[in-house]
Amino acid sequence: MTSELDIFVGNTTLIDEDVYRLWLDGYSVSDAVSLRVRSGILEQTGATAAVLQSDTMDHYRTFHMLERLLHAPPKLLHQLIFQIPPSRQALLIERYYAFDEAFVREVLGKKLSKGTKKDLDDISTKTGITLKSCRRQFDNFKRVFKVVEEMRGSLVDNIQQHFLLSDRLARDYAAIVFFANNRFETGKKKLQYLSFGDFAFCAELMIQNWTLGAVDSQVADMDVDLDKEFLQDLKELKMLVADKDLLDLHKSLVCTALRGKLGVFSEMEANFKNLSRGLVNVAAKLTHNKDVRDLFVDLVEKFVEPCRSDHWPLNDVRLFLNQYSASVHSLDGFRHQALWDRYMGTLRGCLLRLYHD
Amino acid sequence: MPGKLKVKIVAGRHLPVMDRASDLTDAFVEVKFGNTTFKTDVYLKSLNPQWNSEWFKFEVDDEDLQDEPLQITVLDHDTYSANDAIGKVYIDIDPLLYSEAATVISGWFPIYDTIHGIRGEINVVVKVDLFNDLNRFRQSSCGVKFFCTTSIPKCYRAVIIHGFVEELVVNEDPEYQWIDRIRTPRASNEARQRLISLMSGELQRKIGLKVLEMRGNAVVGYLQCFDLEGESGLVVRAIGTACTLDKLSSPAAFLPACNSPSKEMKEIPFNEDPNPNTHSSGPSTPLKNQTYSFSPSKSYSRQSSSSDTDLSLTPKTGMGSGSAGKEGGPFKALLRQQTQSALEQREFPFFTLTAFPPGFLVHVGGVVSARSVKLLDRIHNPDEPETRDAWWAEIRQEIKSHAKALGCHAVVGYSESTSICEEVCILSASGTAAVLNPRFLQDGTVEGCLEQRLEENLPVGCGFCHIPYDELNMPFPAHLTYCYNCRKQKVPDVLFTTVDLPTDATVIGKGCLIQARLCRLKKKAQAEANATAISNLLPFMEYEVHTQLMNKLKLKGMNALFGLRIQITVGENMLMGLASATGVYLAALPTPGGIQIAGKTPNDGSYEQHISHMQKKINDTIAKNKELYEINPPEISEEIIGSPIPEPRQRSRLLRSQSESSDEVTELDLSHGKKDAFVLEIDDTDAMEDVHSLLTDVPPPSGFYSCNTEIMPGINNWTSEIQMFTSVRVIRLSSLNLTNQALNKNFNDLCENLLKSLYFKLRSMIPCCLCHVNFTVSLPEDELIQVTVTAVAITFDKNQALQTTKTHVEKSLQRASTDNEELLQFPLELCSDSLPSHPFPPAKEHLESASSNSGIPAAQRDRCSSWIELIKLKAQTIRRGSIKTTVTVEKASPMGEGNFRNRSAPPCANSTVGVVKMTPLSFIPGAKITKYLGIINMFFIRETTSLREEGGVSGFLHAFIAEVFAMVRAHVAALGGNAVVSYIMKQCVFMENPNKNQAQCLINVSGDAVVFVRESELEVVSTQQPTANCQPSCTGGEVTT
Repeated sequence: MTSELDIFVGNTTLIDEDVYRLWLDGYSVSDAVSLRVRSGILEQTGATAAVLQSDTMDHYRTFHMLERLLHAPPKLLHQLIFQIPPSRQALLIERYYAFDEAFVREVLGKKLSKGTKKDLDDISTKTGITLKSCRRQFDNFKRVFKVVEEMRGSLVDNIQQHFLLSDRLARDYAAIVFFANNRFETGKKKLQYLSFGDFAFCAELMIQNWTLGAVDSQVADMDVDLDKEFLQDLKELKMLVADKDLLDLHKSLVCTALRGKLGVFSEMEANFKNLSRGLVNVAAKLTHNKDVRDLFVDLVEKFVEPCRSDHWPLNDVRLFLNQYSASVHSLDGFRHQALWDRYMGTLRGCLLRLYHD
Repeated sequence: MPGKLKVKIVAGRHLPVMDRASDLTDAFVEVKFGNTTFKTDVYLKSLNPQWNSEWFKFEVDDEDLQDEPLQITVLDHDTYSANDAIGKVYIDIDPLLYSEAATVISGWFPIYDTIHGIRGEINVVVKVDLFNDLNRFRQSSCGVKFFCTTSIPKCYRAVIIHGFVEELVVNEDPEYQWIDRIRTPRASNEARQRLISLMSGELQRKIGLKVLEMRGNAVVGYLQCFDLEGESGLVVRAIGTACTLDKLSSPAAFLPACNSPSKEMKEIPFNEDPNPNTHSSGPSTPLKNQTYSFSPSKSYSRQSSSSDTDLSLTPKTGMGSGSAGKEGGPFKALLRQQTQSALEQREFPFFTLTAFPPGFLVHVGGVVSARSVKLLDRIHNPDEPETRDAWWAEIRQEIKSHAKALGCHAVVGYSESTSICEEVCILSASGTAAVLNPRFLQDGTVEGCLEQRLEENLPVGCGFCHIPYDELNMPFPAHLTYCYNCRKQKVPDVLFTTVDLPTDATVIGKGCLIQARLCRLKKKAQAEANATAISNLLPFMEYEVHTQLMNKLKLKGMNALFGLRIQITVGENMLMGLASATGVYLAALPTPGGIQIAGKTPNDGSYEQHISHMQKKINDTIAKNKELYEINPPEISEEIIGSPIPEPRQRSRLLRSQSESSDEVTELDLSHGKKDAFVLEIDDTDAMEDVHSLLTDVPPPSGFYSCNTEIMPGINNWTSEIQMFTSVRVIRLSSLNLTNQALNKNFNDLCENLLKSLYFKLRSMIPCCLCHVNFTVSLPEDELIQVTVTAVAITFDKNQALQTTKTHVEKSLQRASTDNEELLQFPLELCSDSLPSHPFPPAKEHLESASSNSGIPAAQRDRCSSWIELIKLKAQTIRRGSIKTTVTVEKASPMGEGNFRNRSAPPCANSTVGVVKMTPLSFIPGAKITKYLGIINMFFIRETTSLREEGGVSGFLHAFIAEVFAMVRAHVAALGGNAVVSYIMKQCVFMENPNKNQAQCLINVSGDAVVFVRESELEVVSTQQPTANCQPSCTGGEVTT
């Protein structure tokens, strides 16, 4: 006696959250069944393995049918085939678009192309996340990217409107889209200590201040592309380190203000020129795409690592950066105050976030 | 030209991409009614076209309005080649034809294609302007209301219940026409869908005409079925009960009523029940029935006509019914006369209702059924469907004569069905023989009805159990005792019926679903030989099904079955029997005896030991079941029972014999005292198997109950959380060495596993009851068995359930009155969520307490002389009772808010799709139905040639059923409704050909579209309600609702 066909259809679609998670995690039906067995559900309910098998199959089939709709969440809301209470719809969408930290770190900043998709095998092996789940997450990134890439208006709003995600998740996706579009390098070994949250934080600051949208809210791609003109202008900052007088003056202003307030004062004093050169040179190089991509590598190399090797406490870093940016206003010979603020305001936030072990 | 149909096509959305190059679609719409077609403009390059068309107007006569569906086809315009069809929508405009129902159909309909399923949606508005037509010879019957509900619909009252109406129409099946060889599967599916839609329209119109002839204005319990006879044609037939209904119009009356059905009871005394049950009060009486009148099926070959049975049985009847037992004789006789005259004018005194206005059902005789095996023959002239008519007439005649044999004039809970395999067809009909109160059946003044109805309700809660036939001339062997409730009348030891439990019946404990399952192998044969083989097998199957039911009933410690439905299905090489019913313990019937096992070879020691081991197991099971279902009837000593029972106690002995006559052996059995024991003789391995299978039926996990009636006896505190579902399973039998036992085991496992799966899936709804569990079996191919189940799971409130359990039957008499006070405060204190339910019991309890406490029993003693006074007395008490009920309900309403508060967070996304509930029940717990919008009767075909790509058979059928639900919901929503009640999936025919990667499925569903208002939201505007509905599910682990 074999079961040829076995289905259950409710007027209200039954969603089992545990099974949904297993499905999202990419487990096959049989793996899911054995995981459920291990969870002790049989003992709790007195069910048999066959019942569990049939139940799991049913849910998997339902999810499979729902998946097409989940690709365009507004469709899930308007479709008539599955009657699902709104709170459940929201849960389905949110979980479907959720991603694993380990996975996102692997693809963050990479081009969301077929080539990357081929590497998913390796990512799966490396992270222990099933290939199926990797594919879903990758496809989600790509789908969101495609939809909002060319759109006007705020990136986060667009994502929220087209994918009905929670605010938190929409922000994360904005970061992913932003990184993918600018192809920031995040995979280097020295960047491994950074979490997705660190990058997402930086992305948000950069979107707010460095993109076209920061100046004009009506252009296409406004939140996705960096403001080219701004990057071009950043060259002007070079005089801060190229002009020796200016550099010395800057240093003395900072040192005067921080004397006695910094635990690592002497190290700071000794390193000031190197650090300042590093920060300004990063800005000056941003005209080249290649250097834009290496932004985080440069920041870590030129600033985070030197400070860390001298054991600067985070608070000292904060005091230093505040003073370092503020002091420029007192440099009479320097005319690009607004530009400096737009650059350094964001960079300061990013550096503080990036500065940890 | 009495009608103008107006249609407007507004917009489309989510259309499929029809042009690969642009990834877009150039869509336009054809609107067709009868032979007239209109087209919209082409809306270029969009998946969400906005046609916003003008009003397309069709001027048609009302006959066409009734028959024809409105057909809307969405196409993709193609300049160079033929336009591609995207899909269709058929809209039945019947609901617009009677005044009280919907006035406009407007909404988003799924665009359906028989090959691709749902492909986007279309927004349509439909209106009808009807002109008055005074032509008396008209062919249309606009205005007659149809209800699938098998009881008097909630917002109506029955002025007169006229009786049985039936009709059938036949046609050639397009699938089997020659042209099918050259047309596409899509064209042939669409031809079939359209034809069936047309035929059901015609059928409904013809039935409507019959109703008008009878001067009725509605059909209740309308059941329409299709017989796909293959080569020989397509039959669409329908039965129903013609009534004259009055809308309970005054809104004022409703206000108080809104909260609960129980209120309705007050206003609508006849409405039967939604809530039945209860295990309330006084012990009632029970009665008899053993029911089984068997109709030997005969096989008729083509030429032979039918029935001789009729003749042989009739004589008994007349007599039996004439003289009733001595007490109550005059009353009965009087009643009988009236009824007789009222009923005798009718050809078939049948009623498709399963629940009745109080007082309508006087006595119940038992289940009557008839089957006959026919050979199908091509229908030569579709306009003269005489053969099919004659077949059914024969069967009905037989049913009628069986009923007469039971001393009854009427058959209630009547239904008909067929099972077809190749050219053999089994026609079955069954119902419950009953004696009815004539008042409902005659024309009378409207005002009179109310009182009369109450008056008739004489024997409280036990009357329907009393035997209607003459005990000295019983139609079958049964033993009778005095009613355990009134002690005056005779009752049978068990009672089987096809109806719902009457509202006033007194039940002890809870009920449960009882199923008998059986398979019999049969040789493959052709034509007449095959028909003969089948008809020879039928009596044995019926007999065994009955035995199984009886054993299982006893094992549960219960004594009555309600809602009995026996389905016999024929396949190429086997017959399947599946009987489902809800077992209960009626307080009026005697306590069932145990089951005793007897071994055949007593010498063998180990064998003896084995037997005694089994016996112990059986006894344990009975004890366990009694505890599980809370069956603890009061102990009644012999003396109270009164006069000694005349017949010697008999012991029924079940042999596995083939002749019916041998199964009842009368002998004195002192050792068992007053309890009868059912003896199972284990004389061969078969019997052993049977005993084992008895014991293998596992009770549902704790927190679950199940029944196949509308509601579960003993549970009355339903919450509003409901989940209707359909589950389908198909198993393939390994064809090697199939034996009857192996087959039985497979089938049994299939059903049990299916139930287990349901319990598991719905575990988040605990405590919960599966109601109206409806199993259907079919044998699509040689080695395939398909079981389809539709049911609704309803959560009930545990706290209250406890309350109910605590009350013992012994106290029930007093309890009835005290409970009223309890009920008054209870909800306030606990603020429990069970708003809906408890209002009912009070009404009923009042009724009963009134009768039991107010001296009625005394009066009953001389019923002959003073029953009229008694009736008046009672009528008064009842009125008083209902007033109190109202109070209860009003106080109960705060609970609704409590309920609300408990619900979890607000929905996160705002959905634009309103929730439409579906339920096989005639009511929605915790809500009041305010309007019936019309009948939903839909037929769909789905076919695929890429079965594997669609997820195999399971994926294909899962998607299709989900689509069917969606289309039903969309139609209801377009009518302005928010629920379908009395929903039923009448057919689900699934065929596959995995080798060709193909499958096809036909589904037919029906129900009543309604508007309901949540009791807790009556004051609030009803628009919020869809959201509120979903909320309960947000909390739990798993969705329900």
